[in-house]
Amino acid sequence: MAMSPTPEAIVPDTEPAAKRDVSSWLPTVRDTLLAIALALTVGAFLVIVSDEQVIDAFKDLIAYPGSFLIYAGDIVKYSAEAVWDAYSALVRGAVGSGPALQRTLERSAPLICAGLGVAIAFRAGLFNIGAQGQALVGALAAGYVGFTYDLPAGIHLVAAIAAGLAAGAFWGGLVGWLKATSGAHEVITTIMLNNVARFVVLYFLAKEAFQKHNSDNLITPPPMDSATFPTVGGLHLGIPLAVVAAGAVWWILDRSKLGFELRAVGANPDASRTAGMSTTKVYIMVMAIAGLLSGLAACMTVLGLHQSVTDQVVGSVGFDAITVALLGRATPLGTVLAGLLFGALSAGGLGMQASAGVPPELIQVIQALIVLFVAAPALVRNFGRIKRRRTKKSSVETEGAVA
Amino acid sequence: MRLEIKGLTKRFGSFTANDQIDLVIEPGEIHCLLGENGAGKSTLMNMLYGLLTPTEGEILLDGAPTDFQGPGDALAAGIGMVHQHFMLVPVFTVAENVMLGHEKTRGAGILNREAARKQVRELSERYQLHVDPDALIEDIPVGVQQRVEIIKALAGNAKILILDEPTAVLTPQEIDELMGIMRELKAQGTSIIFITHKLREVKAVGDKITVIRRGKVVGTAPPTASEAELAEMMVGRSVELAVSKENKIGGDAVLRASNITVVDPRGHLVVKDVSFEVRGGEVLGIAGVQGNGQTELIKSLLGLVKPDAGKIELEGKDISRHGPRQSLAEGIGYVPEDRSHDGYVGSFSVRENLVLDLYRTKEFSAGPALKLDAITANAKHRIEEFDIRTETPETPVASLSGGNQQKVVIAREFSRPLKVLIASQPTRGVDVGSIEFIHKRIIRERDQGTAVLIVSTELDEIYALSDRIAVMYDGRIVATVSPDTPREQLGLLMAGATPEVSA
Repeated sequence: MAMSPTPEAIVPDTEPAAKRDVSSWLPTVRDTLLAIALALTVGAFLVIVSDEQVIDAFKDLIAYPGSFLIYAGDIVKYSAEAVWDAYSALVRGAVGSGPALQRTLERSAPLICAGLGVAIAFRAGLFNIGAQGQALVGALAAGYVGFTYDLPAGIHLVAAIAAGLAAGAFWGGLVGWLKATSGAHEVITTIMLNNVARFVVLYFLAKEAFQKHNSDNLITPPPMDSATFPTVGGLHLGIPLAVVAAGAVWWILDRSKLGFELRAVGANPDASRTAGMSTTKVYIMVMAIAGLLSGLAACMTVLGLHQSVTDQVVGSVGFDAITVALLGRATPLGTVLAGLLFGALSAGGLGMQASAGVPPELIQVIQALIVLFVAAPALVRNFGRIKRRRTKKSSVETEGAVA
Repeated sequence: MRLEIKGLTKRFGSFTANDQIDLVIEPGEIHCLLGENGAGKSTLMNMLYGLLTPTEGEILLDGAPTDFQGPGDALAAGIGMVHQHFMLVPVFTVAENVMLGHEKTRGAGILNREAARKQVRELSERYQLHVDPDALIEDIPVGVQQRVEIIKALAGNAKILILDEPTAVLTPQEIDELMGIMRELKAQGTSIIFITHKLREVKAVGDKITVIRRGKVVGTAPPTASEAELAEMMVGRSVELAVSKENKIGGDAVLRASNITVVDPRGHLVVKDVSFEVRGGEVLGIAGVQGNGQTELIKSLLGLVKPDAGKIELEGKDISRHGPRQSLAEGIGYVPEDRSHDGYVGSFSVRENLVLDLYRTKEFSAGPALKLDAITANAKHRIEEFDIRTETPETPVASLSGGNQQKVVIAREFSRPLKVLIASQPTRGVDVGSIEFIHKRIIRERDQGTAVLIVSTELDEIYALSDRIAVMYDGRIVATVSPDTPREQLGLLMAGATPEVSA
């Protein structure tokens, strides 16, 4: 088709739609894999410099420079061993056995749910830092229904989930309402509400009705069995719910009127208003959905793993969810994959600590590095490439080549 | 200085933006570069200015080949550029802006403002620019800001000045002043490359005209060539410059605005007691220089801002308190002045943008779900009907040319039955071929009995479409005149002359 050509029109590329989908996704996938590989490389370096055998060999090398080759050889050998031990333990801990796989999935499910909450808000142009607070109030509500009321199995579970979702949705919707009515920036309000959520939870935990018997700590009883997810082959049925949630988010984003409005408002709020959309409605709705998904993440932990509610019950799922959503490029499928990766890293980290003696903090370093490298794709692409004299020229030509 | 471009070619991947361009600019000539949006003018200028590196070919200055690595090299070689969007710091004075980037100091890092002021005064006097070196940029009109940009280029000893669409932001009077300045620059030996798509200006000031189409030089012409000839070279086929239409007296008033007053968020009174009516089957054109309240006025008509006083009636029904959603549903079609800001979502596909305000109708949705098949079918239909040049319906609108982006907006707004069409700057940044098309569609809408309100800063457009012309100045409608009012008189009204004085 004859098209009046402009460089802007051409640089993205003019392949047919189907082809374009692949070619537009490939660089993203490549960059992500590259980021993961780079993060693991840096992690390997940390393993090496903290390995005692390597340190000893290095000390010997300094002390006896005459035997340089011998000790240098030792350093290489011990380094390789240390990295191999650590990473093979990581893989075994994540996917090496039935229980390992189970742990990976158990840890992935809440990450995926909360990650979806961050992702869907992101698509509406909102940076939801508040998954933590939303999950926490969700956990309290789900837990309270779970350990207080004695209802028939099934109904009890549904009631507990509903309470968790409703509490999360309320906490998230509050942010949307504040933004829509007063213009309060969601980054500020979500961060503040995270603190409010934690102290609200602590306040309730100190109440008689929430106290576990014979305990001096701020901890509730675990939910009754009738309010927990049934298990099949060791896996609780909350896990498939995470996949269902991802499917639902995909449907909302791609197939629904709300999703159309949400994406439009996220990409261009002015044009959306001009087209008669209500940004107020979109902000409140999307934040309520985001909170609901965080509440679901809390249900995974409390009702899936029979956890008592404390102010630490959801761990740092709300903050990990942000990195999961970023790594997943705020798409449902990407979030599921990123959630699985982070769940595997987390589960594998335990194995690494147990069998290779590597501190579990290394996993957090690697997770943070992955996100760092994902956020700086230009940096990653330039690794290993000979830096040309003219940076600008080369970048222009690269754009051309990509097109 | 003589600038020669030989076989200059620029490819982006498989796409050739500039193909074997040859061009000679003699010292002291005004060379007009005429072409539609996307014809490759900007690519060519960016190579001249060192922003892009040519794939093939050379740029010779006085016979010596150049190798620009960036704008710094181009400036040093004597090529200056005035961009369409000014690069000025609003809170700095003229002199401070001119010295920005190559500040002179008295040693120990103390700025020598006096030297910069002196330079500005000298240049201003020499080329009769009338610029006060101590004025703050934010306090001076757009036309003067543009002259500051010219001084910036001249202060860098530019022998060749590239003016990229310089008249787009100016009033008719300012355009005349700019042309005077261009002639003065030329008289003192500066060459000017004048990029534009306005034929009238090319003929008024150019020495030589080169026409570019699809990345190639398609021909040169003397300024004596007729506008029709130039337009044909630009578009590649003969173009009707004026839409053939009969002026009409409209029927009953469809849209009536009474005593509209709007205060903007900063507390300024921007629309002052404006009243008018638009009748069915007529085009009311609102002429005026950018920023005289037109933007706020039409936003209040749609309900994007609520008028602080006054009443808007659609077929007798008060719609003053309606939001955009209700107004659109009532049958108002709305083409915003800044399409990329308000008219479409750039990252959305053509298909999605074509239903941006229609997705909620029964035709395109059922309950909470979208009817994707209907939306796709609609896209195919509209793309064909409005001749939208896009690779696929899935192409993001941001990657289309300006004319095709505007056609997406127009196609969407025209695809439902309208009582009133409000279109602001319907052809800004749109190529000649698309202007013709859009104007025809607007007239066709009028002929179907729709009340049409056009807001434009381009007199050509106002004359081409309007049955009645209202002139807006400083938030008021200062006069409503018939379309046979002379250009000069309309220009004076737009500049704030009261009707009594101009009459």
